[in-house]
Amino acid sequence: MNILVCVKRVPAPGARINITADGQQVDTAFLGFTVSPHEECAVEQAVQLIEKHGGDVTVLTLGPIEAEEQLRTAVSTGATKAVLIPIDTTDWDPQRTAEAIAKVVAELETANGKYDLVLFGNESADSCGYQVGIRTALKLGRPIVNGAKGLEIENGAAKIRRESDAGVEIYKLAMPACVGVKEGINLPRYPTMKGRLASKKVAIARSKAEATTGGLKLITLQRPPERVSNTVILGNGPEAAPAIVDLLEELGILK
Amino acid sequence: MTVLAVIEHDRGAMTGASLGVMTAARNLAKQMGTKFEAVTIGANADRLSETISNFGATTVHQAHNPMLIDYGPEAWGESLAQVARKTSPTVVIGTGTERGHEVVAQAAARLDLPAAMNCIEFDKNFDGTQPLNVTRTRWGGSLLEQAAIDAPIKLVTLANHVVEPQEELGSTPATVSTIDVQLDDSVAQSFVQDRVERVAGVTLATSPVVVSGGRGVGSAEAFAPLEELASLLNGVVGCSRAVTNNGWRNHTDQVGQTGTRIAPDIYIACGISGAIQHWVGAMASKNILAINTDAQANIVTKAGYAVIGDLHKVVPAISAEIRRRRGK
Ligand SMILES: Cc1cc2nc3c(=O)[nH]c(=O)nc-3n(C[C@H](O)[C@H](O)[C@H](O)COP(=O)(O)OP(=O)(O)OC[C@H]3O[C@@H](n4cnc5c(N)ncnc54)[C@H](O)[C@@H]3O)c2cc1C
Ligand SMILES: Nc1ncnc2c1ncn2[C@@H]1O[C@H](COP(=O)(O)O)[C@@H](O)[C@H]1O
Repeated sequence: MNILVCVKRVPAPGARINITADGQQVDTAFLGFTVSPHEECAVEQAVQLIEKHGGDVTVLTLGPIEAEEQLRTAVSTGATKAVLIPIDTTDWDPQRTAEAIAKVVAELETANGKYDLVLFGNESADSCGYQVGIRTALKLGRPIVNGAKGLEIENGAAKIRRESDAGVEIYKLAMPACVGVKEGINLPRYPTMKGRLASKKVAIARSKAEATTGGLKLITLQRPPERVSNTVILGNGPEAAPAIVDLLEELGILK
Repeated sequence: MTVLAVIEHDRGAMTGASLGVMTAARNLAKQMGTKFEAVTIGANADRLSETISNFGATTVHQAHNPMLIDYGPEAWGESLAQVARKTSPTVVIGTGTERGHEVVAQAAARLDLPAAMNCIEFDKNFDGTQPLNVTRTRWGGSLLEQAAIDAPIKLVTLANHVVEPQEELGSTPATVSTIDVQLDDSVAQSFVQDRVERVAGVTLATSPVVVSGGRGVGSAEAFAPLEELASLLNGVVGCSRAVTNNGWRNHTDQVGQTGTRIAPDIYIACGISGAIQHWVGAMASKNILAINTDAQANIVTKAGYAVIGDLHKVVPAISAEIRRRRGK
C-alpha cells in the first residue's frame, strides 16, 4: 500500500519561546528544529503499516528548503520517499497550505497512482490550526477523521480508534482516506543505522505549487503574561520531608 | 447580523464546553448590538433548546436529517456549513474541543472560509462591519497570536475554560427553527461505527493530586516510589514526554502540549525540567512542588515550592513521613 504523511518543520524551543522584535515569528537564532509529536507518530504508524502490508511511505512538507532536514529524519525512521514544496516566506496560512498540498498530491498521484492513506498530525506544533488535514482531504474528495489513537487496515478499510470523554469511538473509512493522527497511537522508533544511510541517499523531489492567500492574517505574536513566582525552597534532600508534609497538611491535601 | 453558537453534544447530552461558547456568543452579540442564535445538529438535540434559551439565545436552529443520529465529523461539518449559508451569521463560535475544532474546520473547508481555533479574546471594538481581530493560542497555549479574520462569516472556536458559563437573567424561550439539511453519501461513512464506554473513575485530567516523573526518574521500575506517594495522597501518577518516549510509561500519563492539560490542587514534579511544552500542561495547577537536583531548572524557578535534591531519596522520605504521622 502507498501512504503519504504530511509533516511541518517547526522550531524546538526549550524553557521559553522568544519572539523576534517585529513580533512576526519565533526567534529561532539558538534553536533546533523538529516536527509535531503527532506527526512523528503519523510517520511511525505509516511505517508499521507498510512493514505489515508492503508498500511505500512518502513524507511531504511545505516549508523552507531547510525542511529537507525533517524529511531526512523521517526517512531515517523508515519512510521511503520524500517530497518538498519549497516556499520563501516563513509560513503560509492554512487555506493556502492546504490548497498547495492538495495540488501536489494530485500531481504525484497522476504520476504514481493513488495513495491509500494520506496522514496528517492532529494539529501542527506551532500554529495549532487543527485544519490543514481537513481542508486537504476535502479538496482531494476523501473522508477524514482526526484524533486517531489507533489505525489499522481491516477488510480494505481504515479502522480508526479515537478517545473521547465517554470512552473509545471506532470509525471505518473506505480507502483512499485521510486520517489525523495523535501522539500515543504508537511509540516512534529511533533512527536505525540502515535508516541513517538511506536518509543521506534519498532523493528529495521538489514540487512547485501556486496557491492563493487565505483570510486568516497574523498581526503579531506575543508571550502570555508570565506567572511571577517567588519559589519557596522547602529544603535540600530527604531532610525536607517534614517540611513537605507540613505543606501538604496546610494545603488540605493530606487528610 | 447575528452570532451563531455551535452546540456540542453527544447523542443529545450537551457538553460543558458549549456553556462557555453560548456565554461568549451572547457577550459578543451584545457588543455588536445584535442577537445570538444557536445551532444543534441532529433531532436528538432538539430538547436542548430549553438550556439554550436560559443562556439568552433568541433562535435555535435545529439541523435535521435522518443520518444525524450519532457524531460524524463530516456530516456535522456539512450541516453547520448549510446552516451558516442559510442564516448568514457574522460570527460562528464552536467549542475548543476535539470535536469542536473538527466540526468548525470541516464547515470552514466546505464554505472555503478561514477559521481561527482556540480564541481567548475578541476585539472589544468589533461591531460586525470590519475584519474580526482575535487573540488565539499557539503552541498549545505557550504563545498568543493576534490575528485578523477577513471573511463574510468569521469562524472560530473558543479555547476551553476561558469563559465562565453564565445564564442570562430574565431570558425568554428561543424561537425554534428546523432546517432540513441535505447530506449525501460523501459524508455518510465517517460516523461513529462502534464505541466502548469508559468506566467512571479518577483520571489524570480530573485527579486533585498528581505526582509526576520525568527523565530524572531513570527507568520504568523507578516509578514505584512515585506510585506509592500518589496512592498515599489518593492521587495519580503523571509524567513528561521524555518518559513516554523512553517507553517507561503509557502516553495516557503524559502531561503537556501533546499530552493532557491538568489543573490539580497540587502537582508534584519529580525530575522534570519544565520545558515550555510540559509547563503548558501543568501551569493551571493550584500549587506546584518541584523536586529536582538542579536549582536552576525551569520548573524550580516557576514553581511555588521546591526541594533541591535527588528524587530517589526525597520521594520515599515523604511517603515515610506521611506514614509516620498516620501512626503506621
Ligand atoms: C511540539 C512539542 C510538543 C511537546 N509536548 C510535550 C508534552 O506534552 N509533554 C512533555 O512533557 N514534553 C513535551 N515535549 C518535550 C519537551 O520539550 C521536553 O523535551 C520534555 O518535557 C523533557 O522531559 P523531562 O523534563 O522529563 O526531561 P529533561 O528535560 O531531560 O529533564 C530532566 C530533569 O530531571 C532532573 N533530574 C535528573 N536526575 C534527577 C534526580 N535523581 N533527582 C531529581 N531531579 C533529577 C534534571 O535536573 C532535569 O531538570 C514536546 C516537545 C515538542 C517540540
Ligand atoms: N507546511 C506544512 N507542510 C506539510 N504538512 C503540513 C503543513 N502544515 C500543516 N501540515 C499538516 O497538517 C496538520 C494540521 O496542521 P494545522 O492545521 O496547522 O494544525 C499537521 O499536523 C501536518 O500534518
